[in-house]
Amino acid sequence: MSATVAPARPVVGSAAEGASSRSARRTGGGRRRVMTWVLSAVSILLFLFFVFPVYWMVNTSFQPNNEIRGSDVNFWPEEFTLRNYATVLFDPGRTPFLPAAGNSLVITILTVIIALVFAFLAAIAVTRFRFRSRRAFIIAILVIQMIPGEAMIVSVFRVIDGWHLLNTIIGLTLVYIATVLPFTIWTLRGFVNGVPAELEEAAMIDGCSRAGAFWRVTFPLLAPGLIATGVFGFIQAWNEFIMALVLNARPEMMTLPVWLRTYLVANGTTNWAAIMAGSTLMAIPVIVFFLLVQGRMTSGLVSGAVKG
Amino acid sequence: MTTVHRDLDPAPSAFEGERMMAPQPKPAGRRIRRIRGGLTPYSLLTPAIIVLALITGWPLIQLIVTSFQEFGRAQVFGAPPEWVWFENYANVLTDPVFYAVLLRTLAFSAACVVLTMVFGTLIALMMMRLPKGFRILLSVGMLLAWAMPALTATVVWGWMFDTAYGVVNYILVNWFGMEEFFQHSWLIDPLSFFLVAGIIIVWGAVPFVAFTLYAGLTQVPDEVLEAAQLDGAGGFKRFRLIIFPYLKPIFLIVTILQIIWDLRVFTQIFALQDIGGIRALTNTLGVYIYQTSIAGGDFGQGGAIAVITAILLMSISIYYVRQVTKEEEP
Repeated sequence: MSATVAPARPVVGSAAEGASSRSARRTGGGRRRVMTWVLSAVSILLFLFFVFPVYWMVNTSFQPNNEIRGSDVNFWPEEFTLRNYATVLFDPGRTPFLPAAGNSLVITILTVIIALVFAFLAAIAVTRFRFRSRRAFIIAILVIQMIPGEAMIVSVFRVIDGWHLLNTIIGLTLVYIATVLPFTIWTLRGFVNGVPAELEEAAMIDGCSRAGAFWRVTFPLLAPGLIATGVFGFIQAWNEFIMALVLNARPEMMTLPVWLRTYLVANGTTNWAAIMAGSTLMAIPVIVFFLLVQGRMTSGLVSGAVKG
Repeated sequence: MTTVHRDLDPAPSAFEGERMMAPQPKPAGRRIRRIRGGLTPYSLLTPAIIVLALITGWPLIQLIVTSFQEFGRAQVFGAPPEWVWFENYANVLTDPVFYAVLLRTLAFSAACVVLTMVFGTLIALMMMRLPKGFRILLSVGMLLAWAMPALTATVVWGWMFDTAYGVVNYILVNWFGMEEFFQHSWLIDPLSFFLVAGIIIVWGAVPFVAFTLYAGLTQVPDEVLEAAQLDGAGGFKRFRLIIFPYLKPIFLIVTILQIIWDLRVFTQIFALQDIGGIRALTNTLGVYIYQTSIAGGDFGQGGAIAVITAILLMSISIYYVRQVTKEEEP
């Protein structure tokens, strides 16, 4: 961890940290301290680089459009306004925001629920049972994920068109379920594997049926994994762009990414403030969800990075 | 009936969504008991298999079939497709535009992968040495960039690089006195277009690489490093002889994922073209498939390009699949 922390700093932490900083003390101080300061300065620059676009999006979205088209650039909204948000939300243009947001929400939630149920069943099958073609199924799941979506747009378009499901909620939902399913199965499989089958066996000795043992013992332990996987499916479906662009191009059936793209093409270079307000509205749920779940998903390995 | 089974970690796959998930630690050498369940496992798998067969399998077959057919607008409206066998492939493989797109995609992806891996590795190494407060600060910044949807990120960067009112031109002119960037168009020139696209992609991909490698780095035992230090190994030597061998498996998998993701890049290029690039000069494979088939209406030719792209990507990902399934029991 902070193995090379400057010797002058009080070291709090694990025994390993203490031990390594003792060795750092031995190899001595000045150069390392300078190094730490240089790295700290670099880390601030990197922080600014990573954060700036997010900051700039929000900053622009709160400024009047004529203000951002001046000769000066405002790094803080001098004239704070919510007008851009009102424009995006309530302007009944050719591509209104709210129906697109509604479509996105319905499609995303349906996708997450159905994919979670299907994936959960499949995950139980591959983790708790031995059967022929188990390995084949796992490899198939991996291989399917490798098929590039861009290559599939044409044929998915034709298949969905053949079922008369273009520009429908069902059509896009079906495609999204198939898209997130392999990933969801793969992740849930990891979570189910993480719960020892011995726990179930213990419950069975105490008189539970196998299904009952699974339901009463393993399922509650899986809840965090299910939630986390569901949130990632949510983010995935919410952000998906190519399939939505091809399958749901009709304005009233658009999802948010397609809406943003259409809005950009219609208002690009004339109303960046409104485009930034729309971008913010689309990005905020994803960022919030992501930050909520990221800690849990990576807690095993990057706990130091996420929780500090 | 028990089997000894060392489980594999749910490593990130090529699927876009897993960009967001760092791999989890392996449960070390645990025994997992699996029972024979007769038809139960098959019935549990049925819903997933039906959906995948209908929405992934069937279109995949269609894709391959179409790539051997003459399939244009007339066929979309009901005319029977004509079998032309390898004509589409011959057309694609003799088309200089295809090679231009292919080369552009390969060169651009290579640049993005190298930059992402270099910056990701450097940041991961840096995080090991940063005081805690700065490490958290940097992590928060990277998490925000990581969480940003690709489309909104592209739109925002496009606005930052705007010709007339973009903050990048403003800073270059007013802070650094580079007058040549007054009203400078970043997207008209293809090379400069790919510079901007590269910045967007690397900006979005570095956090995943940095966090994953940092996670790997924290697994390197302190004692080994300490012993090497006592034996007089310098910083670079320690990295080459100790840290890198520990990191190699993670490093390889992350690199392959980056290659696959960057080769199939679509959203960033497509949206940036909307903002101001010249499509014909900036198409990458993914966008080219869309342009040929959906926008251009030639499904046969688009299918052939798609199959070629898929084969290219699958051949790269075979290594990944083998790595991930290496320890899977037969």
